[in-house]
Amino acid sequence: MNYETVIGLEVHVELKTASKIFCGCKNNSKSEPNTNVCPVCMGHPGALPVLNKNALELGLRAALALNCQINQHSKFDRKNYFYPDSPKGYQISQFDKPIGEHGYIEIEVGGERKRIGITRLHLEEDAGKSTHAADGSHTLVDFNRTGVPLIEIVSEPDIRSPEEARLYLEALKSIMEYCDVSDCRMEEGSLRCDANISLRPVGSTTFGNKAELKNMNSFRNVQRGLEYEVERQRELYEAGEPVVQETRRFDEATQTTISMRSKEEAHDYRYFPEPDLVDLDIDDAWLAQIRASIPELPAAKRRRYEEELGLPAYDAGVLTADPKTAAYYEQVLAAGADAKAASNWVMSDILGALNSEGKTFAECPITPENLAGLIGEIASGKISSKQGREVFKAMWETGKSAAAIIKEQGMEQISDVAVLGPILDEVIAHNEKSVADYKGGKDRALAALVGQVMKATKGKANPALVNQLLIEKINAL
Amino acid sequence: MSGKTVKEILTSIRQGETKSRDWVQQSLSAIEQIDGELKSFLLVDPEAALQTADRIDNGQASERALLRGVPYALKDNIVTKGVRTTAASRILENYIPPYSATSAQKLEAAGGVMVGKTNMDEFAMGSSTETSAFQKTANPYGKEYVPGGSSGGSAAAVAAGLVPFALGSDTGGSIRQPAAFCGCFGLKPTYGRVSRYGLIAFASSLDQIGPFTRTAEDAAIVLNAICGHDPMDSTSARGQGEIDFTEGIDAGVKGMRIGIVRNLPEEGLDPAIKAAVEEAIRTLEQAGAQVVEVELPHMEYAVATYYLIAPAEASSNLARFDGVRYGRRAEASGVIDMFERSRSEGFGMEVKRRIIIGTYALSSGYYDAYYKRAQQMRTLIRQDYDRAFAHCDVILMPTTPTTAFKFGEKADNPLQMYLNDIYTIPANLAGLPGASVPCGFAGGLPIGLQILAKPFDEKSILRVAHAYEQLRSFAWQRPVLGVAE
Amino acid sequence: MKITAETVSHVARLARLAMPPEDLRQLAPQLSDILEYAEQLQQVQLDGVEPTSHPFHEVNVLRDDVVRPSLPRDLALANAPEAEAGQVRVPAVLEGGGGA
Repeated sequence: MNYETVIGLEVHVELKTASKIFCGCKNNSKSEPNTNVCPVCMGHPGALPVLNKNALELGLRAALALNCQINQHSKFDRKNYFYPDSPKGYQISQFDKPIGEHGYIEIEVGGERKRIGITRLHLEEDAGKSTHAADGSHTLVDFNRTGVPLIEIVSEPDIRSPEEARLYLEALKSIMEYCDVSDCRMEEGSLRCDANISLRPVGSTTFGNKAELKNMNSFRNVQRGLEYEVERQRELYEAGEPVVQETRRFDEATQTTISMRSKEEAHDYRYFPEPDLVDLDIDDAWLAQIRASIPELPAAKRRRYEEELGLPAYDAGVLTADPKTAAYYEQVLAAGADAKAASNWVMSDILGALNSEGKTFAECPITPENLAGLIGEIASGKISSKQGREVFKAMWETGKSAAAIIKEQGMEQISDVAVLGPILDEVIAHNEKSVADYKGGKDRALAALVGQVMKATKGKANPALVNQLLIEKINAL
Repeated sequence: MSGKTVKEILTSIRQGETKSRDWVQQSLSAIEQIDGELKSFLLVDPEAALQTADRIDNGQASERALLRGVPYALKDNIVTKGVRTTAASRILENYIPPYSATSAQKLEAAGGVMVGKTNMDEFAMGSSTETSAFQKTANPYGKEYVPGGSSGGSAAAVAAGLVPFALGSDTGGSIRQPAAFCGCFGLKPTYGRVSRYGLIAFASSLDQIGPFTRTAEDAAIVLNAICGHDPMDSTSARGQGEIDFTEGIDAGVKGMRIGIVRNLPEEGLDPAIKAAVEEAIRTLEQAGAQVVEVELPHMEYAVATYYLIAPAEASSNLARFDGVRYGRRAEASGVIDMFERSRSEGFGMEVKRRIIIGTYALSSGYYDAYYKRAQQMRTLIRQDYDRAFAHCDVILMPTTPTTAFKFGEKADNPLQMYLNDIYTIPANLAGLPGASVPCGFAGGLPIGLQILAKPFDEKSILRVAHAYEQLRSFAWQRPVLGVAE
Repeated sequence: MKITAETVSHVARLARLAMPPEDLRQLAPQLSDILEYAEQLQQVQLDGVEPTSHPFHEVNVLRDDVVRPSLPRDLALANAPEAEAGQVRVPAVLEGGGGA
């Protein structure tokens, strides 16, 4: 039988605020343990929450960017559960009136655009960090992270493969970065993803028993965990064994998923409206202001690069995946570079060099203006493309402009016929055999002659011009 | 009642006749003398109080400080930085708060001198102060009688003259009922009038801090010091502006419309209380007030509504007492075990009972039938009052159906105990201000007249109460436990 | 609504209260009484009535995103029954709890 994979993702994204969502402690869970804590975020008796306006606005921005309908009358609720890193015994979250609902993200699968629905997006507070002793004897709790603002984004079960799941996450991360609402560093936990996955016979409209996958701390691991799960569940179905509805943990070492086998009591979170916070009433003007703060998003940008700049779909995809790449690229264009040439340089050379050195755009030694300068030097024929690569390397190392490096290294191409004439004459005179070969129809012999000219000019002669002049001169012999 | 009023003490200090130290010393001596039997205080720190008094006497508080040099006590669910705060629960037996409640900070800033923390029902859950994990407070008018609750310690301390004022909290009557039982003035301000920041929460949407005093005017003076919007409490009312609650307090009741409730539920109402309240209403009518009848058709549902909403919120509010970051922790090998044992050892039976009712009312499958219906009824109760106050300025009724009962008398039947809150609960559900003013005695025990007003109209309450205090006909009886004049 | 000792036991577990059987037996009839009394709300027509979760309708109480001083760590941990390496120490957490 053929099976169809059904995946839904639950993503938590930490918002980039200065302070926590309900108190004035610094939003920095990486400080020394328990240094960014106060009576509110440590859940001391009598302490009360007050909502951070910026957290709300970033949440709304994210919801709008994900095409959500905004619940203009919204509120917070308490989700009650006991855990040592949940200081109040409840989490302040949103239950029946999340700030956003019914959104979607577009991904491209096999050249086709596909919409993945977003069920809901809500604001909530993060829990603290528990570190379990390796010997299982105790747990240590750091409350720096309690009260860090989060949005939880729940997708519809529209995802049909582990690859689509990864594409969805990449698109989501990209949109969050464009909106500047989060760092989205999965390895550092500022973006976290849980997945629900089940299989069903193709054509079926009901869902099979699902596994909830946790602990996947990179996009690659999300895809791997899901791939493993697809196989595991398929084998169970094929062997006629039941798939147990359960929570499973991705184990990085073995690249498998492991049942958490907890005697899970049915969760009863006893949600009720948070009496310590008042309702939210987001009027049209406020919403319009937030909407206006959203920059051009990756999908629109990609379309524009293809349609207006004539870039291939691949280039447009790579350049727009991350807002910093796109911003850099657009500055190169603004400095006068050709769109396609700039695309090539940014995609292969700049991104390659940044990646291999683990640098960010902020640390890129070549400014967009200087890259445009290099592209200009090549376009004008002052240096060859090959020389261009050397100049690039020198620019990367020194941070200097292309013009400066070309000058320092005496790399200007010789394109002056008056200078090249005598050199060509000499080469022709000393290489009778090659000349005769060429005349005899061996085109390759010409390359040897060009090589001699380049050697004589230390590579500075304009190769295209040399080629053309040699042919003219030999034909005239 | 015995002891001096806040106003008398302030006048004396301001005129330089006495010093703060004199009053604080007097308060400490009274506590020393009487509280061994009364047991209204859980903590007294004489040294700290005297030091504060000296600082004030040496000019640290400004001349105009609203409560310069006046001693006071705080109910032990109002957190005080560095001073043990227990909410009368074993689970917080050794809890030293790292911060102070806004109301405590405001009293300090006003130049008041805290002498100690008062006993209460554990986490404010109770009507007799008997659920305190530490001690039973006596009623100043009869040692075998309860002082009421949950703010029984504050009420008893003020009525016995140990302090001129004390703060309490009122979730379903916890200021007004003990004020009635102990024969002092107790004011529950409008929800949001006084910041709840630092008040150990019982039911967040009902809790409100307020003063116990000897007179309405004293309550106005204290309310001046503690009211106002607090950026740390999202539910504290904005735009309160500068209000002086003493202003116009002596304007009299001439022309005021006094509402009395048609078909007021009277099951279990002591005839002596009914008579005393009717007499008080006649007194005010004779002074020029106009009496009108109003209807509160949903009042009979108030107790049921309250005993779903309050425990539901409490079940969540008390989840933070888990033995992790503070408070009692039981020995256990696993964390869930630790939670369960710490909470079981740390909470008393009444607290557990309410946590369980509340957890049940919120649990899946029952939310709509219980919690949601209670919230809908709350809307109808609020609307009843909106309609009633279209026809009157204040509503009068008894504070309690009976006078103080004896220790242990109602401990075995929680529902009967809850039904006694019938007259006080609606004000919490509707967020209204309400006060209890002494209006007589029955069998040697005080009776309270309850005065309710529109949201944020404490002034009408204070005006009527002040007028009544000047007019009242009954003879004051001296408390058995109390300072001599 | 008759509440059995089993129901009380289940709810006590949700509330993380360890209850000895004698407490459960004592509580069950008391809770039955209280919930039976609360049943009177079932008799009232409440369809379409908005629930009240705050006494007054206030909206949008917000705080500016400004960092304020946190507690000194010593004070933050002063009440902790057990602390270790600047963290709060608790008995072992077995896998499977948690939310968020």
